[in-house]
Amino acid sequence: MSENRYELNKNLAQMLKGGVIMDVTTPEQARIAEAAGACAVMALERIPADIRAAGGVSRMSDPKMIKGIQEAVSIPVMAKCRIGHFAEAQILQAIEIDYIDESEVLSPADDKYHIDKTKFDVPFVCGAKDLGEALRRINEGAAMIRTKGEPGTGDVVQAVRHMRMMQSEIRRIGSMSEDELFDAAKLLQVPYELVLYVHEHKKLPVVNFAAGGVATPADAALMMQLGAEGVFVGSGIFKSGNPEKRAAAIVKAVTNFTDAKLLAELSEDLGEAMVGINEQEIELLMAERGK
Amino acid sequence: MQIAVLAVQGAFIEHEYMLSRLGVESFELRQKSDLDKPFDGLIIPGGESTVQGKLIRELDMFDTLKSRISDGLPVFGTCAGLILLAKEIKNDSRVHLASMDITAVRNAYGRQLGSFFTEGFFKGVGKIPMTFIRAPFIESVRGDVEVLATCGGNIVAARQKNQLVTSFHSELNDDLSVHKYFLDMIGR
Repeated sequence: MSENRYELNKNLAQMLKGGVIMDVTTPEQARIAEAAGACAVMALERIPADIRAAGGVSRMSDPKMIKGIQEAVSIPVMAKCRIGHFAEAQILQAIEIDYIDESEVLSPADDKYHIDKTKFDVPFVCGAKDLGEALRRINEGAAMIRTKGEPGTGDVVQAVRHMRMMQSEIRRIGSMSEDELFDAAKLLQVPYELVLYVHEHKKLPVVNFAAGGVATPADAALMMQLGAEGVFVGSGIFKSGNPEKRAAAIVKAVTNFTDAKLLAELSEDLGEAMVGINEQEIELLMAERGK
Repeated sequence: MQIAVLAVQGAFIEHEYMLSRLGVESFELRQKSDLDKPFDGLIIPGGESTVQGKLIRELDMFDTLKSRISDGLPVFGTCAGLILLAKEIKNDSRVHLASMDITAVRNAYGRQLGSFFTEGFFKGVGKIPMTFIRAPFIESVRGDVEVLATCGGNIVAARQKNQLVTSFHSELNDDLSVHKYFLDMIGR
C-alpha cells in the first residue's frame, strides 16, 4: 500500500465523522439504515447479539450477501473479517468493500498475529481497548480505530471504559516532557513516532469511533461527549422494537450530542430497546480477543 | 468576517481549521437556532450527502439555507456539499438544496478503491492538490456556470455567481488557495 493510498483511506474515515455506522444483515435493513441517516453500513450475516447467542465459530459473511447490500445502498459498505485472517481480507478487497473491520466479534483466526494491513489497498478499522492497542493496530496499517466495547450486549459499560482509558492515556502522553516519550513508547509497545504524534496533536493519528453496546440516543451522546468522533451501532438497532425510529434518533443524537433538550425529545417513544445482557452475565468477553 | 460551517455530519472540522489558518472566524451549524447568528458565507463539507440532506430537513434548517443561498449568500460545497447544491443528480432521484445549474454524478469514480490523489489546474489559481474520496463529478453545466477545473475530461470544480463547488477535498491538503478563492468571492 502506498503512502498516498493510506492517506486516502484515513481521509474516508474523516468523511464518516459525526455519523453512525449501522450493522445490517439484509439489503432491506441496509435501505432502512440509509434512509434513517446511517453514514455507512456494516454488512454481516448475523449481528453480534445473535453471534453471541448462536455460539460456535463465526466467520466472514458470504460475499454474495455483501454484494447484495453494496447494490442496495449508495453509502460506504463495510464488512468484517476474522482477526489475523488475511485471506478473508483479500476476498473482501476483491469485491471492493469500502472498509474492512478486522473484528473481535468474529472468532479469531490467529491468536498471535493481526493482519499486516499495509499490504492492502482497502482501508481497515480495528478495535482497541486502550492507547497501546490502538497504536499497535495503526502501526499494522489500520486507517481508523473504534473502541471494542462488548458487542451484542446492549451494555455500554465497556465502550465507556475503553474510550475513557484511551482519552486519559492520550492526555497523559500529551502532558509528558519529550524525553519521557521514549519510555512511554517502550511501555506501550509501539513505535516512538506514533507516541510523538499523540504527544504533539493530543489525538490519535486516525479517526476514533465508539463501538460495542450502544443502544440508545443517550448512549451515543455519552460516547460523543467522551471524545468519540462517531458511533457504530450493532445489535442495538435491529434488535429493538422500532428500528427505523431508533436509528434516526441515534443519528440526530450524534449530531447534537450536547443538546440535552433535543436528546430528551429524541429519546421519547422509541419502543422497546434491545433487552441486553450485563457484563457479569456473559461468559465470552469478545473485547479480550486480539491485543 | 464570519463563516458558518454546516456541521451535521462529515469533515467539517477540517474546514474550520483551514479558515483559522487564514485568520477567519467560523462557527458550526448543527441545528436551527445556530442559523440566528450572523454569517457572511457558508461551507458545506464532505461527508455523506444522504445524511446531510436528511438532517438539514429534519433539523428544520433546509428552508432558511435554501432562501439565503438564493438571496446571494456565498456558499462553498465540497464533495457531498456539491451534491447538496446540484439541481440534478444523474444517479439519484433525490435532490437537496438544488440551487446550482449542474448535473452531478454521485460516487462517480466508484467505491473507495477508486479514490485518488492528483494535482490539477484551477482557473485563476494554478496547479493545486486534489484529493478525491468516493467523489462525485459534474457531468454538465448550464446557464452562467463557469467551469473552474477538470480532471480526466470531467468537471471537478465550478462556480455560479455566489456558489462554488469542488468534487475534491481542498480541506484535506495543506494548500489554502481554494479557500482563499472562496473568501475572495465574499469580498474581503
